[in-house]
Amino acid sequence: MKNPTEKQKLMKDIYVYGFAVDDVKLYLDTHPGCCEALAYFHRMQDALETARQNYTEAFGPLEAIDVDVADGWTWIRDPWPWEGGAC
Amino acid sequence: MWQYEKRLQYPVHITRTDAKLAQFISSQYGGPDGEMSASLRYLSQRYTMPFAEAKALLTDIGTEELAHMEIIASIVRQLTRDLSMEEIEASGFGPYYIDHTTGIWPAAAAGIPFNACEFQCKGDGITDLVEDMAAEQKARSTYDNILRVVKEEEICDPIRFLRQREIVHFQRFGEALRLAKDNIDTPNFYAFNPAFDREEK
Repeated sequence: MKNPTEKQKLMKDIYVYGFAVDDVKLYLDTHPGCCEALAYFHRMQDALETARQNYTEAFGPLEAIDVDVADGWTWIRDPWPWEGGAC
Repeated sequence: MWQYEKRLQYPVHITRTDAKLAQFISSQYGGPDGEMSASLRYLSQRYTMPFAEAKALLTDIGTEELAHMEIIASIVRQLTRDLSMEEIEASGFGPYYIDHTTGIWPAAAAGIPFNACEFQCKGDGITDLVEDMAAEQKARSTYDNILRVVKEEEICDPIRFLRQREIVHFQRFGEALRLAKDNIDTPNFYAFNPAFDREEK
């Protein structure tokens, strides 16, 4: 991506850490006692939480529960993911 | 993108077994007016829906319907988890048992498998919202039919919750349809497809 915008940079972190969590979650489902995987999950959990907070504060909600009502009902704002939003 | 939350939207605590009721109620899992049809209908329709409020509503109701599938599946599971062979044979649950044991498989009460032809995704916002209103009423009627044959409070209680949600969804889809019509600047909005036809400049 040439000259990504601030929004694209923050969303990239969510893609990266979000996928890391999705993937190691499956590994932990079948290896619940693996200390190394648990430590990795913990690092990714923190990184994803920070990335989500950074994105949400600057560019609005990823989930309806994240809406800041001071800005009004931003949940219905275009574009949606299938329209190229939040990518 | 979705995340799973490890809870039901409304609690289910059923202490008895009843294979016949399980078969009736499981129609709301994979039957013609069931929660699977509802969820797939709304989550499929949203991609061509041209109105902001309706895009949000289809996403949110489609997501809630996934949680309703889980409530129905939980009711059916709790009604069938301790079945004896005698109960299975006496209740008419036998044919289902032969193919699925007590697994939760999407089908209508009469045994017809789940089928995507039970819902439509027409790619026309007005058409789709009118279908959605009808769908909520059909599901409400099915819950009414279930409530006529179920007497136990512990089973009626979550079924009544689901029935109420059909009424709320019908109301919201009605409002979305009204908003959609308000958005179309034409004296005859049924004459064209707002998701496909382009207005001539």
